[in-house]
Amino acid sequence: MTDTTLQSPAERGPLPLPPAVARPLIAVGAVGTIASAFMSWTWTPDFPGNLTIYGYPAGLQILALVAGALTLLYALALWRVKGLGWLNPSDATSPVFLTSLSAFTVCWFTGIAIAVDLGGLVNLDPGAYVAMVASALPVIGALALPHPAPGTGVKGYLTKPEQPRHGTLAPLAERLVVTVGTVIGLVIFTYGIGINDDDSETFIGFLLVCVFAAWGLVHSGLLDRYSAMSARHKGFAAALALLAAVAFPFTQSDDHNANIGVNILIFATVALGLNIVVGLTGLLDLGYVAFLGVGAYAAALVSGSEYSPLHVQFPFWAAALTGMAASLVFGVVIGAPTLRLRGDYLAIVTLGFGEIFRIAVNNLDGDSGPNVTRGPNGITQIPDIKLFGFNLGDAHTLGSFTLGRFANYLFLMLIATAIVVAVFTRAADSRIGRSWIAIREDETAATAMGINGFRAKLIAFALGASLAGLAGTVMAHVNYSVNPQPYQFAGAAPPNSAFLLAAVVLGGMGTVSGPLLGASLLYLIPEKLQFMQNYELLTFGVALILLMRFRPEGIIADRRRKLEFHETGQLDVPAQTTLSDGATVAKAGA
Amino acid sequence: MRFGGLTAVRSVDFTVNSGEIVGLIGPNGAGKTTFFNCLTGLYVPTEGTVAYQGKVLPPKPHLVTQAGIARTFQNIRLFANMTVLENVLVGRHTRTKEGLWSALLRGPGFRRAERESEARAMELLEFVGLAGKRDHLARNLPYGEQRKLEIARALASEPGLLLLDEPTAGMNPQETRAAEELVFAIRDRGIAVLVIEHDMRFIFNLCDRVAVLVQGEKLIEGTSDVVQADERVVAAYLGEPFEGEPGAAEAAEVEAAETADSTEGEAR
Repeated sequence: MTDTTLQSPAERGPLPLPPAVARPLIAVGAVGTIASAFMSWTWTPDFPGNLTIYGYPAGLQILALVAGALTLLYALALWRVKGLGWLNPSDATSPVFLTSLSAFTVCWFTGIAIAVDLGGLVNLDPGAYVAMVASALPVIGALALPHPAPGTGVKGYLTKPEQPRHGTLAPLAERLVVTVGTVIGLVIFTYGIGINDDDSETFIGFLLVCVFAAWGLVHSGLLDRYSAMSARHKGFAAALALLAAVAFPFTQSDDHNANIGVNILIFATVALGLNIVVGLTGLLDLGYVAFLGVGAYAAALVSGSEYSPLHVQFPFWAAALTGMAASLVFGVVIGAPTLRLRGDYLAIVTLGFGEIFRIAVNNLDGDSGPNVTRGPNGITQIPDIKLFGFNLGDAHTLGSFTLGRFANYLFLMLIATAIVVAVFTRAADSRIGRSWIAIREDETAATAMGINGFRAKLIAFALGASLAGLAGTVMAHVNYSVNPQPYQFAGAAPPNSAFLLAAVVLGGMGTVSGPLLGASLLYLIPEKLQFMQNYELLTFGVALILLMRFRPEGIIADRRRKLEFHETGQLDVPAQTTLSDGATVAKAGA
Repeated sequence: MRFGGLTAVRSVDFTVNSGEIVGLIGPNGAGKTTFFNCLTGLYVPTEGTVAYQGKVLPPKPHLVTQAGIARTFQNIRLFANMTVLENVLVGRHTRTKEGLWSALLRGPGFRRAERESEARAMELLEFVGLAGKRDHLARNLPYGEQRKLEIARALASEPGLLLLDEPTAGMNPQETRAAEELVFAIRDRGIAVLVIEHDMRFIFNLCDRVAVLVQGEKLIEGTSDVVQADERVVAAYLGEPFEGEPGAAEAAEVEAAETADSTEGEAR
């Protein structure tokens, strides 16, 4: 208590309020926000989520409740309330500010959205005014708290405070913490995916709360501590994550969300494959979606569909191998001539090959070429997969749960994703993985260390391609059909090469969880925010620019980049990874 | 080796015996680094070949390294975002075989090879004195340690000949002395060392033989005494003495002018 009152004026926050005023402001505001969630915010159920009922929070009110509770918890942790110290290991004031900001943004966003959607401030009930006023108080109070990093101005609130050394708990306790964390993650994901497609407002509120709350948790050091724990129990955490993914369909009453889940998994798996090429080896591939297409078309051709010119039906395992093999061959055929190029040249050539694939598939329709793919019509009526006597197209009941078609495919796709994750992590942590990273860092030095650059790059390219092919085989069956349309460079909806690349860069290059998170976000946001369809690419571009400016390493930073502050105390500057490094040497030698 | 019309290096013959330290000196632009790049296959020589232990080497860097020639770079080229240990492990690349399949299947052979590589890498890190920093990022090391790490990385490929390109550039005298010790220690491991350097004291302390490269051609090769005494070497570094020495006539003229100046001063 006393430490804050003894602070010199320089260490005060930007607002000159005495701590005696700031603290009650935060507490009253947070409690008020929580209370407002139980009031009516508008008179009509027309606004998505039905915010009209007293005593029963719904939609955005739940989000306000969660944000208010987080603010209160962090405020109490800052005041050394017993039992809450673990919430804020770094003992910084910025988590209170950021969590209060999450409550503030979600309440004000709701108020404004109600007024705009329904036409006027009249539509606001007292609850909304209470929420808006109450949520603003903690922000003011938090700004009067001691500055998190004195002398740094606004930047101090944005840069992560220095982290203390984290202790370790008993292994069993740590596993328990990891379990709780996984469950919370599953709940958040299920809530987000469960938001009705028409409730764009609720989804925006969800994103606002998630972003600011996660930001606050990062500042508090809690997330660091958690990731250190799950890194210590890697196998356990991975198994739990898989278990949570398996549990997901059981939490859904509706197969529609399982459909979204399958598509996210396909998208994420392909992004992980691309991560080998872009994130580990540093080859900028702008036509990667073509390999997904090759796998999908190969699987469609051998699926037994009556529109396929090959009238054969392979069992799924053989179809999956066919798809992988076809993508592998394509990868080698495209890679062998192009991988001798470096940097920008390679990017342009892969962009060209990606388009060639789409156009060729469009033209192999019997008119302008042999009939292989039926051109723009595509191959339709792909039959469902039968595995071990199960027809994945039928709904199965398991006890009181009914698992629909998409839930079945979700399980199949989970196996594929698990394989790809295993391939990625094992390859990355080995002799071949180190040679990929070495090539990314400095190709000239890598070859001077005895690495056959061309060979290593070709292996990475072919491996990435075949993993995308594997995802493609499942995708062909999930969608019943394949057609050339999705396999373009840039489009409004995933998958396309630009979105795949963005998922990798946004999530964090060279990591496993980065592309998974990036792909989930990039799939869910267009899905849930239908009203922005026309501006999607614009907002997407702006978001990418902002991210690259302020967090170039992506949302989840690579382990290597996490070693930023070390005993040397040297400040880390993000490296300028120029892909064309050493190109001059190559040219001079030619 | 020619770049367009410019001949950078022309007919340089070299023999380095095992357990020997040979210095390569010459003024800036003499073609020392180009010579290194030709040796290690980074440049494809326009004419001629590089032979090592009687075998002609193809101009491919990775094959040269495999044959047993390792190098460091004039401007340090570490893998900046890899840890110290990983940098050395990359150097082990040619001496290990494990491909993609064994990495995916993780059989006992893979584990054994990884353990052996790590043990060898740690031994080398201890040799250069970086064992305590194995988990640091290479780019966070101070300059002198980056140089050491680059040497450790080169040694990891178990070379018979080590090429050092200005290993003491930018170092203070203490660090230079430490680098000297390190090079001697490398020599004692039975590795031949060829070193480019501008620090003459370093070169003449260190090297059994010194070769001078001027404008792409080898001027002289021999022990440090021979090289230091050679007029052409001095000329290459400091320039030729002026053709006709300032004659007596000119000297008298200058003297006259000076005295005239001083007398004028007194008169005033």
